[in-house]
Amino acid sequence: MSNGIHGVLSADRRPARTGTFAAVLTLAWRAMLKIKHVPFQLFDVLVFPIMMTFMFTYLFGGALAGSPRVYLQWLIPGIVVQTMVFLTVYTGVSLNTDIQKGLFDRFKSLPIWQPAPVVGALVGDLSRYALAACVVIVVGLILGFRPAGGVPGVIAAIALILLFVSSVSWMWIIVGMLVKTPESVMTSSMLLLFPLTFVSNIFVDPQTMPGFMQTVVSLNPVTHLTNASRGLMQGDVPGRDVLWVVVASALVTAVFAPVAMRLYYRER
Amino acid sequence: MVWQYCRPMNPAIETSGLAKRFGATRAVDGIDLAIPAGSVYGLLGPNGAGKTTTIRMLTTLIRPDGGSARVLGHDLVSEAAAVRARVGVTGQFASVDEDLTGRENLVLFARLLGFGWRRAGERADELLAAFELAEAARRQVRTYSGGMRRRLDIAASLIVTSELLFLDEPTTGLDPRSRNQVWDIVRTIAAGGTTVLLTTQYLEEADRLAGRMAVIDHGKVIAEGTSRELKASVGGRALHLTLTDAAQRDTAEVILKAVLGEAHHLGEPNQIGAKVTREELVPQALAQLAAGGIGIAEFALAQPSLDDVFLALTGKPAENLEAEAKP
Repeated sequence: MSNGIHGVLSADRRPARTGTFAAVLTLAWRAMLKIKHVPFQLFDVLVFPIMMTFMFTYLFGGALAGSPRVYLQWLIPGIVVQTMVFLTVYTGVSLNTDIQKGLFDRFKSLPIWQPAPVVGALVGDLSRYALAACVVIVVGLILGFRPAGGVPGVIAAIALILLFVSSVSWMWIIVGMLVKTPESVMTSSMLLLFPLTFVSNIFVDPQTMPGFMQTVVSLNPVTHLTNASRGLMQGDVPGRDVLWVVVASALVTAVFAPVAMRLYYRER
Repeated sequence: MVWQYCRPMNPAIETSGLAKRFGATRAVDGIDLAIPAGSVYGLLGPNGAGKTTTIRMLTTLIRPDGGSARVLGHDLVSEAAAVRARVGVTGQFASVDEDLTGRENLVLFARLLGFGWRRAGERADELLAAFELAEAARRQVRTYSGGMRRRLDIAASLIVTSELLFLDEPTTGLDPRSRNQVWDIVRTIAAGGTTVLLTTQYLEEADRLAGRMAVIDHGKVIAEGTSRELKASVGGRALHLTLTDAAQRDTAEVILKAVLGEAHHLGEPNQIGAKVTREELVPQALAQLAAGGIGIAEFALAQPSLDDVFLALTGKPAENLEAEAKP
């Protein structure tokens, strides 16, 4: 073995330093490889929304919207939102795993743009979220979901949701850097994600809710995101809701991304 | 290698009063090191002695809060990027991605070190072959044995030729065969001209690999030198005897005490040891034992081990220190 090793040691000089874009792209590639190697992460999170789709459509759909088919048109965009918002936790979970395993220390000791591991992971994760969205849409289409907005409408809605979830991801990146185990990232995030997605208009029309609840629901960015996604998938452009989502995403990112980066540079 | 000719006398690492505290704990409490280029240098100490913290500082992962250090001529704090560009790190804290395959890991790190996709793949294959990992190249690292994982770890830090390689406890948790492989690898790397700084809690490992070493305890260097110098500081050699008949041990002890002045029982019931301060008395002791009809199965005139060194320096055996240093 040592002969072979001696051979590979006499290699060329170091190549030029990796560019920022190349580093981010490479680290995003790494995050995407996880789809291949750890597919259960995706399935895990897809089982729940698909189960909700079946349950709400066929148990309550008739009662809530007159018929399951009508309800499905209303529900699927919301389920896509819920799925993607829930998936954001995995950004924090895998980040935490990387830190615990010592992988980030290796990244940090490399001559690359220092935030690349975090940004690259986020970029890679967004493509995973998009894949999950497509799975939900396909399940919806099989059940009878017919988006009037067609492919462009669906793509626009997914793009908007991606914008929002990329901002939410920063929160889990922070949690992932603070807590000790990946499991605690999961647990602590559920405390926020359940109210965030259920106290919204994903499953039912808020008009039947009591007044204070309607107020809470109308302030929840997920409500606006769901409205916007429904509109876009059905062929409208709900300007107010889209604007609400864009502003909320920008605010969340502006607040949490710098905190996350500061924590990243912090020593462990 | 070229850099040795450029800066022949410059040490690879030079630290002065390097210190780091975590809360009230002084993890590293003023360490002075001068590590010559082109050598294997050992940082030896029990768990929690401050070895890993020292390496984390020297690889720019954490900032020192006292003292200063130059790595390959660059200041650790003000020229951290230059340091990162010229060193390689591997060990218990700098790891590989267990979800990815071995090949994907090497491609990943090769890309991050500046190789294009195609060249990164070629480099990965070269390294996998050299480290006898070609067959496992397309398997996830989580299925690897400890020895394979460690070889991949080291391969990842050899993608580019570093002038200085940090190996943090490279053989901890490995079986003897894998440990020997890693030792061979370290020797080969050093023979190629790379300076290696390795930490270990195995005294034997430092003895076998490192030309010079620093013994660290409670964040301080308590001894520094070659293995021979450290052993000489303990003074004297030891005579180890294995008797053919355990029943004769007490008689042998009396004879050894009479000739050498000291004797003590060793682990096995048929083993006995004696400190040797004057080596010329050893043949006389053996002759006396033979005259007394005592059968000797084996005898050895041993150098003191680094365990003895640790005992002499700290008054405590290394094992006990390990146990109490756990956070």
